[in-house]
Parts: sequence; structure tokens; C-alpha cells
Amino acid sequence: MEPILKVENLKTFFPVATSMFGKKKYLKAVNDVSFEVFENETFGLVGESGCGKSTLGRTIVKIYEPTDGKVWFEGKDVSTIKGDELKKFRKDAQMIFQDPYASLNSRMTVGEIIREPMDIHDLYPTSKEKDEKASELLEIVGLKPDHIRRYPHEFSGGQRQRISIARTLALNPKFIVCDEPISALDVSIQAQIINLLEKIQEERNISYLFIAHDLGAVKHISDRIGAMYLGSLVEVGESNELYRNPLHPYTRALLSAIPIPDPHLMRNREIAAIDGEIPSPLNVPSGCAFRTRCPMAMEVCAKDTPKLRKVGNSQVACHLYD
Amino acid sequence: MEDIKLTADLFEPLSEEEKNSEFIAAKSKTYLQDAWGRFKKNKLALAGLAFLIVMTVLAITVPMFSPFEYDLMDLTSVNLMPSLLHPMGTDKFGRDIFVRIMYGARISLSVGFASAFICLFIGIVYGGIAGYVGGKVDMVLMRIVDIIYSIPTLLIVILIMLIFGSNIVSILIGLCATAWMGMARLVRAQVLSLKEQEFALAAYVLGASKMRILFKHLIINCMGPIIVNVTLMVPSAIFTEAFLSFVGIGISAPAASWGTLANEARSLIESHPIQIIWPVASICLTMLSLNFIGDGVSDAFDPKKK
Repeated sequence: MEPILKVENLKTFFPVATSMFGKKKYLKAVNDVSFEVFENETFGLVGESGCGKSTLGRTIVKIYEPTDGKVWFEGKDVSTIKGDELKKFRKDAQMIFQDPYASLNSRMTVGEIIREPMDIHDLYPTSKEKDEKASELLEIVGLKPDHIRRYPHEFSGGQRQRISIARTLALNPKFIVCDEPISALDVSIQAQIINLLEKIQEERNISYLFIAHDLGAVKHISDRIGAMYLGSLVEVGESNELYRNPLHPYTRALLSAIPIPDPHLMRNREIAAIDGEIPSPLNVPSGCAFRTRCPMAMEVCAKDTPKLRKVGNSQVACHLYD
Repeated sequence: MEDIKLTADLFEPLSEEEKNSEFIAAKSKTYLQDAWGRFKKNKLALAGLAFLIVMTVLAITVPMFSPFEYDLMDLTSVNLMPSLLHPMGTDKFGRDIFVRIMYGARISLSVGFASAFICLFIGIVYGGIAGYVGGKVDMVLMRIVDIIYSIPTLLIVILIMLIFGSNIVSILIGLCATAWMGMARLVRAQVLSLKEQEFALAAYVLGASKMRILFKHLIINCMGPIIVNVTLMVPSAIFTEAFLSFVGIGISAPAASWGTLANEARSLIESHPIQIIWPVASICLTMLSLNFIGDGVSDAFDPKKK
């Protein structure tokens, strides 16, 4: 099966201001990442804050220019497109943002917000049709059509996230980057939004790149999951497989941090705690980026950077499996 | 911990009322309606607004309907005290002071508001582009502002008056030549902080053009501080114009602005002190009400700042 999205050796570096004569320094937010997302699939992306998940998502939808590498969308290289081609790509690949309080323009009514993508892409000829479509979208995401004349500040966080989903759906996209869409919401609301995203996926055949640090939610919604550490993917696998049998020491530690809703089990279980802080992406350790905190680090880890390779059903980047 | 068995009778169906929990009862208000609601509560600001409206109406109508022209001299009735025919008396050439004050109000108010709006326009475009495009463009644009800032305002105004002559247009040009920069800096700073916000990124990902993002999303969201700044620019422009006319490089006689009138009355301050009271009082009251309005507007648009 052809993947809808294929990311190949993607790098996104940000130049950091240094002294005038010093060597130019780069913050390596995304460092050599490759993965694929298939049609109608949800690819989960997990990792600590600051590991480059959001930057990766934003580079894919072209908010940031990639420093190197390619992004293939439906078999076409979109990493350098401009003009009309870019506009067409924008129609197909959309993004849902993390903070529902910041992602809606507070000076526009809900109707104007949902109509904006239709206005930009000239989707429906008349204003009346656009309004009808906007009401329809509001109903799809579980709001009332008469909310169309309201302003975002009159809604709760969960409702705002629904508005934001309706806005992306107005373009009928094939692929949506969900950048931690639930992390700013209450737990009960999180479930509603996840269910809504799943319902929409079923009805419209959309692929998701689902970025989150809530591991439980990611497991629930994702078909496959990638774990990211300091800008690189360390493990990719089927979500059940990854949770049952994590291979990379980092994934293991990450998964052992999921709380269990049972105090007895919680007290007795082993936690593979990671020592120390995540190193600065300005100074990524040589070789394997995780070696400074890895309980199983070996000599070779400092020398060679491990590449993602197939181990069992998953892919993992670790010298333990050489 | 004991296990709790979940049975159906532990739950009850949602009542009809609760099913309507998504209903919003409050009336929907736009941003401006909200601000006006807060502005209305400030009595001083309302009084200032009322005074300004009365002044504007008088400034338009009085010179139209008065039997006297602002430059009509009548040497048989010089330096009269206020009477029914001349509510503020006449000056040393027998001209009606009331008509002249109202004529001056036309000039002062139009200079104040026109320069504020010109600066608003230039400032939004210039600052918006500098803030949104950023990088080298921003660097060059803002250094130009820094350079113009380093020349004293009065020097620029006087030079422009010398070149274009003493009239209302050259005063406007002179005032705007320097006043737009404050607005440009304000808009740039606002745009700079807003453009990384998620709603601007969302518009970008939707495919919105740069112009659309800048004007429909960014500028609209910094309207609050912009409006506050404009209301404070009006009195400062009026004041500068009055000052220039008073020292004799602004509007010159027989045309009248409040500054010119104050200057003319200055020579009679010992024999007919009442004549200087009218222009000075007009300037003071207008300034006071504009500043009250500015205060009210800034509270209305930024309720957190007190």
C-alpha cells in the first residue's frame, strides 16, 4: 500500500544567535526523522516536552521550512512547493492546534472562523451556501448550528476545540496533524474529543498524525506509534506491540511512567526511571542521543549513531539489537 | 479496596433541562459593544465625550449661521465686552470672538483628528509590515524610524512650514512627519507578539495570504492598544498646533486657530484680560475632555490594566 505521507530524513534546525565571530550554532529540533503514514491510519507520536514532536508536525504542514530531507505527500515531494501547488497541499493537509484558547481568532464569530477556509479556497460560490456548510459542520462536531453568530470566548475549551476541528473539516482534508489537541482539556472532555476525531476518521477516511504526551490517549487512538527523543525517532511500531513489548530503553522508561488506575498495582510496580534531565538540543550527545541517560549504555553508543532498523515487528534505533 | 458493581439502577437518565446545557443564554456582544459598555460606566469620560460633541457641533454650525464673518473687521466696535450680540465680545479689530473661537475649533479639531487618522493609517501599514515580515525588512524599516526619531519634532515642523508656507496642510504634514512613528512602533511590537500565536499559524496553514493574516487576524487583534494610542494622539496634535500658532509659525491671521487667538490677545492682556481667557479656556477644556476620553477608552479596551 502506498503511504499518503512519507517523511524522509527530515531535518529542521533553527539558527541560534551567537556572537558575531563565533561558529553559527543550530538548535536541532528535528534530526533525521523518517516515517510513513498510510491512508486512514493514525500515527501517534510520543515523547517528552521539547523532543521536537510539535516542530516535526509543523514542518510537515510547512509552517517551518525543513533544513534538509523530503516530505512526500500522495507521492509528490511537497518540501519545496510554492504558489498554487502549495495551496492545493494546504487544502489536503491540515492541522489542529494544542491550545483551543489561542487557536481561534477572538475577534471573529464562529461562523466567520469556519467560513474562512472556504473563503480562502473559494470552495462554495455563494455566501448562503457557505453559511449552510458552516452550520452543517458545527452539527458534525457536536455543536448547535445557531452557535454560528457567537464569539469564541463564549465557549468552553472542549467546545472551542470542536470549532477548531470544524474549521479544518471545512477543507475536507485527507491528512490532519493533531498537535496535542487534548492536552489543554479536562479528562472527561479529552475522551469526547478523541471519540469525535475517531468518528470523523471513520466517516471521511482521514489520516492523522497524532502528537501527544498522554500515552494512554495515544495508545487508544493510534494504529502505529513512534517514540521521539531529542529530535530523532527511537522506535516505531504497532501500538499494541509497542505497549506490550517496548524495545528501546527510552520507550520502556516512557511507558513505565503511565499511571495505572489502581493504587495497589501502582505501588508495587517497577518504574524504570530515567535519571537526569533531557540534554539541550543545542548540544546533542555524540552517537546515540539517549546514551547519557540510558541504563544500558555501552561503549559503541558514544561512537555510532544507531539507525532505525527492523527488529521483530517494530523498528528500533538502538545498539542493543545490533 | 472493594470492587463496586455497576448496575443500571445506579444511574438515572438526564433530565430534559440538562440536555440543553449547551444553550448559551447571554446575549452575544462584539468586542466594540463590550468596550462601549465599560466606557459608559466612566462618568468623566462620558462628560468629556459630551463636551467634545457639543464643541464639534458648534464649530460646524456657528460660523455657518452667525451674522459675523471670522475676518469681518468693524472698527466702530473694538474691544467690546461680552453682550448678547457678541457672546464673547470683540477683539482689537472689532471681530466677533465667539465666531473666531468656533472657527478656531474647526481648525484645531480637524488638525487633531486628521493627523491622528493619517498617523493611524501610516503606522498600521508600516509597523504591520515591519512586524510581520520581520528579518532584514524589519531591521531596515525600524532603523529608518530611529533616524527620523533622532531629529527634533519642532525642527521638522518648522522646516516644513518654511517650505510649504503657513497653512493647515503644512501643519498636518509637519505633525504627521514625526507622530506616525510612535504608532508604527506600537503596531510592530503587537504584531511581533501575535504572529507566533496559534490562531495566526492556523490561518497560515489554511492557506491565507500574508495580507489576509496581517489585516484580518493580527491588526484586528491589536485594535485595543491602537485605539487607545489614537485617542491620546489627538490632544497632543491639538496642543502642538496651538503651540506653533501661538509662537507665530502656525496658522497666521486673519485665519484663526486657538493658538493664534491666544497670541493676538496676549498684547491686550493688561487692558482687556478677558480676551485671552476664551482661547485658553477652549484649549484647556478640550484637552481635559480628550484626556478623560483617552483614559476611559484605555480602561474600556484593557480592563485588566488599572
